[in-house]
Amino acid sequence: MKLTLQVWRQRNADDAGRMARYRIDGVRPDMSFLEMMDLLNEQLNQRGEDPVAFDSDCREGVCGTCSMVINGRPHGPSRGTATCQLYMRHFSDGARITIEPWRAKAFPVIRDLVVDRSAFDRIMQAGGYVTVHSGPKPDPNALPVEPEVAELALDAATCIGCGACVAACPNGAAMLYTAAKVSHLGLLPQGQPERYQRVQSMVAQMETEGFGACRNYAECEAACPKKISISFISRMNRDFLRATLAEPVNPRGTMDSQ
Amino acid sequence: MTIELQASIPHGRIEEKWVTHLDHIRLVGPRNRPKYTIIVVGTGLAGAAAAASMGAMGYKIECFCFQDSPRRAHSIAAQGGINAAKDYRNEGDSVFRLFYDTQKGGDYRSREANVYRLAELSMGIIDQAVAQGVPFAREYGGLLANRSFGGVLVERTFYCRGETGQQLLLGANSALAREIHDGRVRMHTRTELLDIVVVHGRARGIVVRNLVTGEISSFAGDAVVLATGGYSNVYYLSTNAKGCNVTATWRAHKKGAGFANPCFCQIHPTCIPAAGEHQAKLTLMSESLRNDGRIWVPRTKRDTRRAAEIPQDQRYYYLEERYPRFGNLVPRDVASRNAKDVCDEGFGVGPSGLGVYLDFRDAIGDRGADVIESRYGNLFEMYERITGENPRQTPMLIYPAPHYTMGGLWVDYNLMTSLPGLFAIGEANFSDHGANRLGASSLMQCLADGYFIIPLTIGDYISRHPNGEIGTEHPEFKEAEQTLRERTARLLSIHGTRSVESFHRDLGKLMTDHCGISRNEAGLQEALKNIPEIREAFWNDLAINGGSAELNQSLEHAGRVADFLEFAELMCIDALTREESCGCHFRQEYQTRDGEALRNDEEFAHVAVWEYTGEGRTPVLYKEPLHFEALPPARRDYKK
Repeated sequence: MKLTLQVWRQRNADDAGRMARYRIDGVRPDMSFLEMMDLLNEQLNQRGEDPVAFDSDCREGVCGTCSMVINGRPHGPSRGTATCQLYMRHFSDGARITIEPWRAKAFPVIRDLVVDRSAFDRIMQAGGYVTVHSGPKPDPNALPVEPEVAELALDAATCIGCGACVAACPNGAAMLYTAAKVSHLGLLPQGQPERYQRVQSMVAQMETEGFGACRNYAECEAACPKKISISFISRMNRDFLRATLAEPVNPRGTMDSQ
Repeated sequence: MTIELQASIPHGRIEEKWVTHLDHIRLVGPRNRPKYTIIVVGTGLAGAAAAASMGAMGYKIECFCFQDSPRRAHSIAAQGGINAAKDYRNEGDSVFRLFYDTQKGGDYRSREANVYRLAELSMGIIDQAVAQGVPFAREYGGLLANRSFGGVLVERTFYCRGETGQQLLLGANSALAREIHDGRVRMHTRTELLDIVVVHGRARGIVVRNLVTGEISSFAGDAVVLATGGYSNVYYLSTNAKGCNVTATWRAHKKGAGFANPCFCQIHPTCIPAAGEHQAKLTLMSESLRNDGRIWVPRTKRDTRRAAEIPQDQRYYYLEERYPRFGNLVPRDVASRNAKDVCDEGFGVGPSGLGVYLDFRDAIGDRGADVIESRYGNLFEMYERITGENPRQTPMLIYPAPHYTMGGLWVDYNLMTSLPGLFAIGEANFSDHGANRLGASSLMQCLADGYFIIPLTIGDYISRHPNGEIGTEHPEFKEAEQTLRERTARLLSIHGTRSVESFHRDLGKLMTDHCGISRNEAGLQEALKNIPEIREAFWNDLAINGGSAELNQSLEHAGRVADFLEFAELMCIDALTREESCGCHFRQEYQTRDGEALRNDEEFAHVAVWEYTGEGRTPVLYKEPLHFEALPPARRDYKK
């Protein structure tokens, strides 16, 4: 296969960046998209040009490192597929492919297709945990969990933190990511004691990081490589509302006037 | 310089060793802990669990990972599950039985006391993970569900669909996130370890490179914990993530830590075969597929018919024929070796001839498409996504791939290496899996090390030394930084013609051919002759574009490949020296008449620990004898 690639090149965070065009030959349909990028880099290296920087690690669709907007869609044309599991057989010979980094205010470009997603980590640090130390714990079977609830929690917990939801959102919102994290713990009995504090802290951090607001475009769900449902967003909104209206900030004190 | 192999195994009966040890080790009081700095490198299951646990105890933790987030460490990719001797299924499972299975599975090449402790701690890991909110699979009544895994006769594996590693890592990482938020752990992402700094015979810190700015700097601490994983990427093509590397453990070795059993590398039987020369990594398909899939090749050599055209009597179900009792569920090493054998004999299928069929036709016929779909649907989808073929209609093509390294830094019972102050946990150490690891045991070992062992045993070392004795202003740090800056400059100044990738592929092919599933003397000698040639070509003909003071992925890769090129030699020397077959290590010269591994307990019931003696010098071998007190070694026979 012969392809024409339009790739975003940006030396560093301060560089304005530009699209560069490359012709690439010798691509095979059974190559993965990232192997095609490896091939491009090999050819650039031979010509003495800087290879295109891009993130990838496990290449099995689970670490969430890879992050490319391909022909305008985060992770490319196949549904429920991360870039690393996208194969060239989905493109035709002679195709022109545009490749860009995640574009969002909260994800500044580091170089070429590599962006800084540390904002996601800070949302987690704000409250995405159950406070337990390491050491002896009660036997887990002392607290049964309905299998449907455990499965639903796992549907949320399956988020790989890639950021495609943010890249797909016209507002650059991180609602699907934050909602997945909030719902995972909020559904399980272990997450109950900190449930309302957690949703408030994580939403506050999300806003601090400069992510946009949710307008229910649902582009996030369409782009999610793990097909996480936007119904988790409404679950988070319910929890958030409860936390701000019904639950007093200090359960032993008086409720703040609304 | 000599290595002292004081394993420090506590006295007493095996069931009492760990408890007695805890009663007597030295502790650090809660008020003193914040005065000590502990460096943790790597944020997989072992590293994240250790950093979070020790942070919560009050120690000051500096934690490092080369990924952009601690959550992306390669533990995340573990699929199948985690073992624990809970005996929820009333099958007579026990700590002893898990210990027995692990020892036998490892072909009696691991340290008994460590393996028993692992089995003992297994139950607590499940309790800990559930308390963190890990959503394990549940039965209808709401209690935890189990499934079975290769090489054992009980159902003791806990799981979260096909993403158990991901969920356990998110659990450990949530604990880590809390400590980062509270300031007890300082997290350094996109930061790679380049070297360990040793002052007066003790590990005192590390030198790192910030992968975004290229800045090389130092961190000092009272102890250094390496949780940096395994070295399967020495084969270039493996199931490991692209970034996995040997740099931290190899650098530690060069600074005085003994490297144990480097030749023990597990080759996983069920991976998707390489499609061609362009292949960048191999994808694992969960071992659980062997519960229902039947493995076969055509009875005729170089048969080019499609699978569906081959009638039943012309299909060779080689595992079922050779191992009637375990059939397709033989342990990983046995399954891998047999797949290679039939392919080498010319029975292999697929474009390269390096593949065997894993067929679900009969399972779908017997149990119904719905049942099989519910068990393996997500794996079938993944296979289809990668190969474009539907395994419900045509059998899967599989072939073994390097997956996990049982070898690693030698550690004592406290998980301290032979370099005082340097600890190794998880896959980075050698201790628990002997010559072959059983499925669903790696997650267990990483978390036992990280949550329950290192947070306590590290105190025994730390409490014997005053805190913060040496800072980064010490000349050893400055010197190490300077050496590394020069090395980086040297890598960039070769201006040759070949990419890093091409050298890594060459090394990988050489290692796969000569130090892979089966090894022999001639092949290993050949490899030992060729590795220095590739290394020389690397240092003379490497081409890296870009500079050192920016994000430069080729430069990162070059540093890792340079270390693999040195380490590979030690692997081959170890494989050559171990003149027996055990577990994953199959020396063709040492086999039974019917082609099974022939162990030699008289001469090789020891851990082979290597000391680095300088560039171009032969490493020196030390032996830690293995004592089998609780469980006398038996022949590992899966035929009867």
